[in-house]
Amino acid sequence: MLDKKILSQLESITGRGGVCSSPEDLVVYGYDGTFEEGTPDAVVLPRSTEDVSRIVKLAAAERIPVVPRGMGSGLAAGSVPFRGGIALTLTRMNRILEIDQANAVARVEAGVVTADLQAAVEKAGLYYPPDPSSQRHSTIGGNVACNAGGPHCLKYGVTGDYVLGLTAVLADGRVLRTGSKCIKDVVGYDLKALFTGSEGTLGIITEALLRLIATPKFFRTALVEFDSMDGAARAVYAVLAAGVVPASLELMDETAIACVEEGLHLGLPLDVAATLLIETDGGDEAAVAREIETAAEICRREGALRLKVAANEAERAALWKARRSVSPALGRKAPNKLGEDITVPREKIPEAMRRVKAIREKYGLPIVLYGHAGDGNLHPNILFDKRDPEQWKTVEKMVAEEFEAALELEGTLSGEHGVGALKRAYLEKALGPVSTEIQKRIKQALDPLNILNPGKIFPE
Amino acid sequence: MPIPDLPPLPSEAEYLNCIRCGLCLAVCPTYRESLHEIASPRGRLMLARKGLQGELDLRSNLYEQMYACFDCLACNEVCPVGIRPADLAVEMRRVQEQAGPQFWKKVVFNRFLQNPDWLEAATLPVRLYERLGIRGLVHALGLQKILPRRLRDMEAMLPRAPRRPLRQILPEVTSAGGESKRRVGFFLGCAQNLMYADESAAAVRVLARNGSTVVTPKDVVCCGMPARSYGRMEDARAQARRNIELFETADVETVVTDCATCGATLKSYGAFLGDDPVWAERAAAFSAKIRDVSEFLLSIPMENPAKRIAARVTYHDPCHLRRGQGVWKQPRELLKMIGGVEFVELPEADVCCGMAGTQIITHYEMSIKVLMRKLDNLAKTGADCVASGCPVCRMQLTTGLARAGLSMRVTHPVVLLDEAYHSDL
Repeated sequence: MLDKKILSQLESITGRGGVCSSPEDLVVYGYDGTFEEGTPDAVVLPRSTEDVSRIVKLAAAERIPVVPRGMGSGLAAGSVPFRGGIALTLTRMNRILEIDQANAVARVEAGVVTADLQAAVEKAGLYYPPDPSSQRHSTIGGNVACNAGGPHCLKYGVTGDYVLGLTAVLADGRVLRTGSKCIKDVVGYDLKALFTGSEGTLGIITEALLRLIATPKFFRTALVEFDSMDGAARAVYAVLAAGVVPASLELMDETAIACVEEGLHLGLPLDVAATLLIETDGGDEAAVAREIETAAEICRREGALRLKVAANEAERAALWKARRSVSPALGRKAPNKLGEDITVPREKIPEAMRRVKAIREKYGLPIVLYGHAGDGNLHPNILFDKRDPEQWKTVEKMVAEEFEAALELEGTLSGEHGVGALKRAYLEKALGPVSTEIQKRIKQALDPLNILNPGKIFPE
Repeated sequence: MPIPDLPPLPSEAEYLNCIRCGLCLAVCPTYRESLHEIASPRGRLMLARKGLQGELDLRSNLYEQMYACFDCLACNEVCPVGIRPADLAVEMRRVQEQAGPQFWKKVVFNRFLQNPDWLEAATLPVRLYERLGIRGLVHALGLQKILPRRLRDMEAMLPRAPRRPLRQILPEVTSAGGESKRRVGFFLGCAQNLMYADESAAAVRVLARNGSTVVTPKDVVCCGMPARSYGRMEDARAQARRNIELFETADVETVVTDCATCGATLKSYGAFLGDDPVWAERAAAFSAKIRDVSEFLLSIPMENPAKRIAARVTYHDPCHLRRGQGVWKQPRELLKMIGGVEFVELPEADVCCGMAGTQIITHYEMSIKVLMRKLDNLAKTGADCVASGCPVCRMQLTTGLARAGLSMRVTHPVVLLDEAYHSDL
């Protein structure tokens, strides 16, 4: 609990209703999209960069940790306040400040919901591609802080590829504005890139300047069914190796499909081992159709059982709804799930999938496998019950082996969720000692008092 | 923390598998307006969970968060895990009420709502206000303007109350116009009977015109939704038993209602009494007979209305009709049957209007915020008329439209249909 004086100072910054500290308020800001929990000492809901700056100044003076957060959908426990402090919630900073059609740039506050931004730019004939499955319940600030990805990142790149500039409040309360509307801007160090993916440890991102592109006019979306995981994996690699760049190439295994079907009743196939969701897009209808045909041809050659191209927008939307629902739908199977996002180079996709399967067989706990197979970003999800300490121990071992497998295959721990608290222990293994040390020094230089999201990314 | 003498608690299955994904935040009207996790389904579920597991005191501020839920069911529908956060919020109100019953709730739900005569007497002042011309006088003198905003909104919300409740006018049995092809029961909802008698009279006329002999038991009691919403589940169950008994003697295959909330509740009697060995089967059989008036009409051969109504009409989905009963196509179909009607879809038609039973009184500010969003969407349609199959939605929309200075008629879809049947009107 923060002292009354500090609470009232905070409230003098935010105005009435901007500071909450009842036990009920503290509980609901203690979690994110994982099973981890902490308890903040206060919840603060600022309305402007100026508010954030004054809050951080006060926090620095009083040595209070500040844990920034959007809608709390993160999957690495990055916004869980393990050491108490202020849960700095940016959801009320949700204005779209500018959509600059001429320069194809949007300037938004951190609390804007990603799907709301996408809808707004679409009205202006533009497109913001990064599409984490949480796009309706996550914010731009959180997306940038975790450098979020999504299904369409195979062709279009991740959030960071669209960040042209950022406004961030530093650990001493100063406001950093970096980047510009220019596509090319190489003056000095690329600080916007440094803050992208920094998970709130270097500064509080309050505004972003985002690059937009022309809306692809045509889409072709196909659901391809396989009777073996291996066949699906080979098809993924073969499609990419043939030079086709689908907008997305998504994989779902049989359990993933079954969980979604149970909840949504979309008529998904229940008798197959794996499905691929392939989408091509672009401005030339014939080219888009040709690409999906080529991909289909390759899938058939690799042993696809059935293949169906969505006949209209409603069918396409249903396929995407299914894909986006996989992660939450797994909750039907067990009280807890641990979803990782290991990533490997595309050539290693079949091998990575075989390794995950081997881990599942070795330990016996179910692992559901799905993900953005096309960019090598896989989501093995372990299903378990955290109340059983034996199961939890097994889960920890399984996760360690998943990470090892990814690193052995020249891959990485995280393609889009970030490190947060869950992957800290493996950081040095992934980065090596030199990179780890440099990163720690950057953190020390920017946040000498260690008040910004302390304990995240780096092992204790 | 030990929990002394608590009533049966919601089971772990109702919350354990919440994986906190946050999908429900995107669809929750109270979250969207507050952008504050405590007003979200996930937040409420976590509070209930911590309270039930003894990690948080079950105290009034925790229960207050459960009362802040509008019970619009959007979270129930979106949850990929199959958890029903809105139901859990209502369950928690029951826990509170059973652990420490509140006197006023007992009076309202155990006395007035279980006795149609008392309820009629209690609402007499509202009818007198209209009937004696006091309302006209108040408005002529502009007296309502001196009321505080909140009271002024509530005054505006009162429909043109009928001179007499429908119950006093309608015969027990209304004969079918022409050959009677079936016998249907008609459930007189409290709000319809007392406030919107003309609309329910129209519903009965439309049923009769389409070959139905309509039986309207006069002694029905409140469906039970208000009692359930205020945690008085035992009262709701008592009301269910009373209504089931009445319709068992009416000898009808179907029971029709023109109130979204009554319909959703009557359809739940099977669940209300599922663990009651004496009543479970009777309740399930009763619930299986319930049809919303639009749902029923679309299931029988209907006469095409002759009169044209030249109007641009839109439709607002009551939560308890669309999500509570899965009925949303039928009312639109009814409106489109009428010649001259230009039907225009309302953006976000299925989002709560903010009335949510009594939220306009208990959570005024939030209710108005949710309403404002609805009004923006209504304004976009450019409609002359908005139809909706729920009396409380209509009260809320009426207030809001008056407040926003929009002239748009608010009515039940079946009323327009009735008008289109009567070329002399």
